[in-house]
Amino acid sequence: MSVAIPNVPARTSRRQGILASRKGRVGFAILVALIAIAVFAPLIAPHDPNAIDASRILAGPDLAHPFGSDALGRDVLSRVIYAYRVSLGVAVGSTLLAFLFGVPLGMYAGYHGGWVDTLIMRPIDMVLALPALLLAVALIAIIGPGSDVALLAIAVIYLPILARVVRSSTLVVASQTYVEAARARGTPSRRIITRHVLPNAIGPAIVQATILMGFALQIEAALSFLGLGAQPPTSSLGVMLADGRDFLTQAPWIEIFPGVAIAITVLAFNFFGDGLRARLDPRGVTR
Amino acid sequence: MSGQVVVSDEVAPVQLGPPILEVAGLVKHFSTDRGLFGGGAKLHAVDGVDLQIFPGEVLAVVGESGSGKSTLARCILRLIDPTEGRIVFAGQDVLALKGRRLAGFRQQVQPVFQDPFSSIDPRWRVGTSVAEALDAFAIGTKAERRARVLDLLDRVGLDPSLVGRRPHELSGGQRQRVGIAAALAPSPRLIVADEPVSALDVSVQAQVLNLLADLQRDLRLAILFVAHDLAVVEHISHRVAVMYLGKIVETGPTEAVFRDPRHPYTKALLEAIPRPDPDRRMQESVLRGEIPSPIAPPSGCRFRTRCPVAIERCVTEEPEMTLFGEGHTAACHVARAELQKQDHQRRQ
Amino acid sequence: MSDAILTLEHVDVGFATDDGTVSAVSDVSLSVASGEIFGLVGESGCGKTTLAMATMGLLPASATVSGSVRFQGRELVGLAPEDLRRLRGDRISMVFQDPMTSLDPAFSIGEQIAETITAHRNVQRGQARDRALALLADVGIPEPERRYGDAPHRLSGGMRQRVVIATALANEPALMLADEPTTALDVTIQSQILDLLRDLRQRLRTTIVLITHDLGVIAQLCDRVGVMYAGQLVEIATVAEIFRAPRHPYTQALLAALPTQHQEPGSLRVIPGRVPNLIDPPPGCRFASRCPYVMDECTIVPPLAHESADHLIACWLSEATRAAAHPAGAATGGAA
Ligand SMILES: Nc1ncnc2c1ncn2[C@@H]1O[C@H](COP(=O)(O)OP(=O)(O)OP(=O)(O)O)[C@@H](O)[C@H]1O
Ligand SMILES: Nc1ncnc2c1ncn2[C@@H]1O[C@H](COP(=O)(O)OP(=O)(O)OP(=O)(O)O)[C@@H](O)[C@H]1O
Ligand code: SF4
Ligand SMILES: [Mg+2]
Ligand SMILES: [Mg+2]
Repeated sequence: MSVAIPNVPARTSRRQGILASRKGRVGFAILVALIAIAVFAPLIAPHDPNAIDASRILAGPDLAHPFGSDALGRDVLSRVIYAYRVSLGVAVGSTLLAFLFGVPLGMYAGYHGGWVDTLIMRPIDMVLALPALLLAVALIAIIGPGSDVALLAIAVIYLPILARVVRSSTLVVASQTYVEAARARGTPSRRIITRHVLPNAIGPAIVQATILMGFALQIEAALSFLGLGAQPPTSSLGVMLADGRDFLTQAPWIEIFPGVAIAITVLAFNFFGDGLRARLDPRGVTR
Repeated sequence: MSGQVVVSDEVAPVQLGPPILEVAGLVKHFSTDRGLFGGGAKLHAVDGVDLQIFPGEVLAVVGESGSGKSTLARCILRLIDPTEGRIVFAGQDVLALKGRRLAGFRQQVQPVFQDPFSSIDPRWRVGTSVAEALDAFAIGTKAERRARVLDLLDRVGLDPSLVGRRPHELSGGQRQRVGIAAALAPSPRLIVADEPVSALDVSVQAQVLNLLADLQRDLRLAILFVAHDLAVVEHISHRVAVMYLGKIVETGPTEAVFRDPRHPYTKALLEAIPRPDPDRRMQESVLRGEIPSPIAPPSGCRFRTRCPVAIERCVTEEPEMTLFGEGHTAACHVARAELQKQDHQRRQ
Repeated sequence: MSDAILTLEHVDVGFATDDGTVSAVSDVSLSVASGEIFGLVGESGCGKTTLAMATMGLLPASATVSGSVRFQGRELVGLAPEDLRRLRGDRISMVFQDPMTSLDPAFSIGEQIAETITAHRNVQRGQARDRALALLADVGIPEPERRYGDAPHRLSGGMRQRVVIATALANEPALMLADEPTTALDVTIQSQILDLLRDLRQRLRTTIVLITHDLGVIAQLCDRVGVMYAGQLVEIATVAEIFRAPRHPYTQALLAALPTQHQEPGSLRVIPGRVPNLIDPPPGCRFASRCPYVMDECTIVPPLAHESADHLIACWLSEATRAAAHPAGAATGGAA
């Protein structure tokens, strides 16, 4: 019976955390490895990513160059590592930016309701209604291309999503008796929001943001692929995909490895997000 | 609203001076429309309640489940706005309070909520929850606050070592006592307590009731005490108000109401008290008949659908509050007629 | 007891916390007969809810359970979660102490009851709805048709509690664990609910384990009573015996704390002292620190022993009087 069983609060000890689930553990491990790769790129990359080697044009993988070389004879492994650094930076940065602005907005709207809610959420809903990529392209058309603009564009796409998620979990938390109790005890509403509502309502937004981070990598790649993201000499995974397109049949490794990097990252963020959800949800935030 | 007879309040010795809380003509309706075509019916949760509480007095509110006791309490605490009526606390119009004055009111009027499970933040440790009002009003130094929290935990019978636990690591009764300790923390003048001891066994309950009685006597703490346990009510309260379907149907000094209940609902309540005596088992529940709905309350007297002594007049005419003794009033046609008959006989 | 429907043997429950392991239930053995109404009382925090949750297999991950819980002869400790889920809400149901969290705020109360029925019975939605409406009427919710679609927060505390009771009754369980089912009810509605429970037992031989603080309810409804203190089961007796001749010093003190008429406010009898900390509790009888009769032996856990055929006591004092063959000796001196 699914109903009469109470949402038994997770009486798990904190220490078990996200790592209690296998998915969470796998996601976490991959993410740690990927972040380490991005951070320590100069130490890990076996070659200079921009060093041109005429003797190795479109050369296949071998021991010294496990991912092969591209049309200019540059080492694909080293390029993927550096490009990954840029792509991940854009993904994480854009999501954090959206989180930083979206969460307070959604929380404020949800807690106060009424006209405050309308004032905040109407414009946000309008942004949400537009197709994401179109929005990004429009934004880049106005400001001009670049990886920092791509970051901003993705943040603009994500902000309404996170604001919505936070708003709805805030609505649930704000109707809880303990929030009413805090008001009756005389706790000022700013404090109620930061001490009661925020900790109890933030969970779903964190989960959502984690999963969105993975997809941000995809959006960034798409933008770069279209020539709207990172500009040469900076390379990102999307730029690499675009470059490799012409040699797909001759030298598939140029295309495959950046693609695999994106896929693994999206998957890892998803796993991690699921682990987080399992950790956060039973406490009844989104019930 | 409920009749022309003013409740005389000069009975109990504690009731000197002006009341600390006065509620007049309080009405709270909830709209019931849900769907698109919500017919806009109104749910009469509280329907014209008058009451007063004096400093150092315990007023018990008892009554049918769903009769509006918690709604009344939430109006007094200014958590929801009443549809109509006036609430005056220490000379101030509560419904008009704003900003700093509202904060002052909140410090002096503290709640204990009916549900000990949902009324404590699941993420807060016990100590933080108990100190919530102390922190909000920055009462005392950090060390003083902590000492006060530990002292309060001890006084409600909780091991101070529980201070670092989270609510889900406590039993129901332990949580309820956390709620009581939190309400007592800022030394309020009035506590609006909604079933504050319902989850406690009689010995712990006795300890909490003794504590409340001490505070009430020594610090002239006033308590609005919503309860179902009539033995507790009889023990702790000075006066009782009996609610039925949004209205107070009988009120008076506890002793008088328990000894000489006038309203048939009060009588039924007192008869239904389960006695802790296995040799005297009640076989049948006392009240029969259809339980009326607050969405469409019965005409005339609201109790008539279940009243064992109802007469024709009960269908057509709403009974008025009648004075039966010092401060003891009840709203019932039959009881009033009996009183008149007695008076008549006495005069002859 | 040959027709026991529920048998607990040496049940221990510990909760891991930041400060150490809380010994919430300690070596509890007990057996409930089919068709019996068994009351469970005890000081707040003594492990009643934990014991019920252990029976239902609903304890949190931080809990460790040992011992044996048998329902209709079938071992429940260690049973596969899927099998347990099939039993719950069907053959065994529970009224949770916390009505609000056992109701989903996103669904109407009527749907929640109906879903409990359709989850275990092969019935049409319409039939489930009719049954849910009948149950709401049974527990005294006025205008069930109108209330069916209400979200839980629109109900009063007592109404929610009755909805939870209705849910527990939905599939006519063989065993019902009711944890404080009537705390939020006024006495007239409460007596109606008690009638309902009596009727259930009469008609279907439903076994009910009733956890309550209300000794009046115990006296009115139960056949036998178990008394717990700080995780230990200290006394089991018929309801008449418990009230007439309580033997364990805790039971005696509990009954003495009942408020009586014309007692000065503030003068209720309390039990001096406090329950021991359940993290590393002292060895032996856990009531020892508050017991007026404490003796040297009390540092050893007293066994729950038969005083008579259906009166069991875990106390060295009773043991001593039994040895002296004066069953009605000094131990009853403090009885209320
Ligand atoms: N937020 C709400 N929306 C709609 N109806 C409500 C709301 N809160 C309470 N009600 C209704 O108001 C009536 C009175 O409820 P209230 O909680 O005040 O009763 P109560 O006397 O406290 O009952 P109990 O003893 O069962 O707690 C009930 O019919 C209830 O359904
Ligand atoms: N998850 C947990 N972690 C740690 N301790 C717990 C946990 N759950 C319960 N406890 C402790 O175990 C003991 C028994 O709790 P339980 O809820 O079973 O008590 P109870 O007899 O139902 O009390 P009440 O009558 O107050 O509801 C209490 O001392 C409580 O603090
Ligand atoms: S007025 Fe009539 S119906 Fe109401 S309580 Fe009195 S006798 Fe009963
Ligand atoms: Mg209530
Ligand atoms: Mg409990």
